[in-house]
Amino acid sequence: MAKGLPKSFKKALWVYHCNSGSCNGCDIEIIAALCPRYDVERFGIKLVGSPRHADVLLITGPVTRQMEDKVKRIFEQMPDPKAVICVGNCGNTGDVFYESYNLVGPVDNVIPVDVHVIGCPPLPESIIMAVAKEWVKLETLEAKK
Amino acid sequence: MTKKKEITKTTYQLPIGPIHPALKEPVMFEFEIDGERIVDVDVSLGHVHRAIEWAGMRRNSIQILYLAERICGICSISHPIAFARAVEDACDIEVPERAGYLRVIQCELERICSHMLWAGVAAHEIGFDSVLFLTWEMREKVLDLTEYLTGNRITKAIITIGGVRRDITKDQLPKIHETLNYFKDNFEKLRKIFLDDKTFKLRSQDCGILTYDDALKLCAVGPTTRASGVKKDVRVDQAYAAYGDLDIDYITPDVLTGEVNGDVYDRIIVRLLEVKQSIELIEQAITGMPSGDIVSEPKIPKLLNHIKKTAGEGIGRHEAPRGEVIHYVKFDGEHENPYTWKVRASTYNNILPWIPMLKGEQIADIPIVAASTDPCMSCTNRVAIVDQNKKYELDKEQLHKLSVEKTRRLMR
Repeated sequence: MAKGLPKSFKKALWVYHCNSGSCNGCDIEIIAALCPRYDVERFGIKLVGSPRHADVLLITGPVTRQMEDKVKRIFEQMPDPKAVICVGNCGNTGDVFYESYNLVGPVDNVIPVDVHVIGCPPLPESIIMAVAKEWVKLETLEAKK
Repeated sequence: MTKKKEITKTTYQLPIGPIHPALKEPVMFEFEIDGERIVDVDVSLGHVHRAIEWAGMRRNSIQILYLAERICGICSISHPIAFARAVEDACDIEVPERAGYLRVIQCELERICSHMLWAGVAAHEIGFDSVLFLTWEMREKVLDLTEYLTGNRITKAIITIGGVRRDITKDQLPKIHETLNYFKDNFEKLRKIFLDDKTFKLRSQDCGILTYDDALKLCAVGPTTRASGVKKDVRVDQAYAAYGDLDIDYITPDVLTGEVNGDVYDRIIVRLLEVKQSIELIEQAITGMPSGDIVSEPKIPKLLNHIKKTAGEGIGRHEAPRGEVIHYVKFDGEHENPYTWKVRASTYNNILPWIPMLKGEQIADIPIVAASTDPCMSCTNRVAIVDQNKKYELDKEQLHKLSVEKTRRLMR
């Protein structure tokens, strides 16, 4: 478990997943993390259907031009305090699509990212680790209030 | 004018997407709805357009393999294999016999994985989440095996031009058999859940019907077309790799039930039986696998040099889990990078069948009917024109003009 985490979690993290043009590789690994093998729901991590309910935004894909304003709008719709995790190499650096004319990404160019998860696609373990790191950040933000 | 107004009063528009909890990928639907009935559907694509073909024309064939792999994370073997076959066709590269068998094993593993994934998503769409968890837990077994054989769970990087990159050794066989036996033992359980369960039957029978004629007219591919009774499967029609040596036949729903309805239930039957078929194919491939090389030319610079000197074009076809994938390449004999690379993914053909399937259905049936073709947007988003205002324009005349220009360019 990530360092600095209080013994009892103040709240369960609700996660919203947004695909900004990825190849589905990361998306299926995110769902795999929610399924019985990894079962993150036992930690209170839950995938929700609306950004307005979410604490954490999991974003995959390199942000295509058509998705740019949609990604921004989703980020704005999330209540504070909020955190963003960028999953996968293409969202972090562009990866194999780096030179494409249709990308606005990496995600950093569109919205602020807190945790970068590398891998193409990352293992579910890495994604869970990233969410745990976000937890620490959100707890600190909450404590400052 | 007054008549028009009356129409707008009775029907209304319901936009779904591009970001929606029921959709795993960005795609936008515009439904014309009259009460609970769907009158018309319009699908808008292009949200996942990443200019892959454009980038591919600037890279050499080995680099494209990894780009092709990232067209779709779920078909991460189908696209490289279709591309590799296109290059092999263009440059007369012969694939060693053992490599053909290894390709079959990897392709069928991917098929099991993809169909299990689909089964889970379909269950989720009708609100049967415990089945989603059950199928995805079973799917983890295939992923474990894939990781054991190739080193990664999703993007495997196993296919190369002229063969495969990793062999399957004798000491790896027990693990393969163990996984296959696990699936055989649990197949009856899956069959019971998907085919005998009342909830599944209620939601899937007589829902989202695609008739035999429509399937033929709209050129549907893969399990979607086979569920409507059309016998179309590249593995049988144009037996490639080692499929010619294996015992394989078309799977249509009448194999099990004796009749073809073309509804969602039939699509479930076809996919379920294909999982069983894949297990049998892998077993046959393991027993019949000859010894020998796994790649025709292990030295990559030499291979690239050969491709560079070749002028010609090639087509690679492959039966992906979702249907036929076609890659076309053309080399000009001077450059390492292909002069043209064109991808036709299976979902491209399976989008138009959505319209006859969805018309007349209820709003609540949209997710399961749309999911029943196993759509994959990341494969499909390829045609889009960007103008200066960052707007997408798909003007019919312009498209036609571009299409004519492209044909002319290719004919040169």
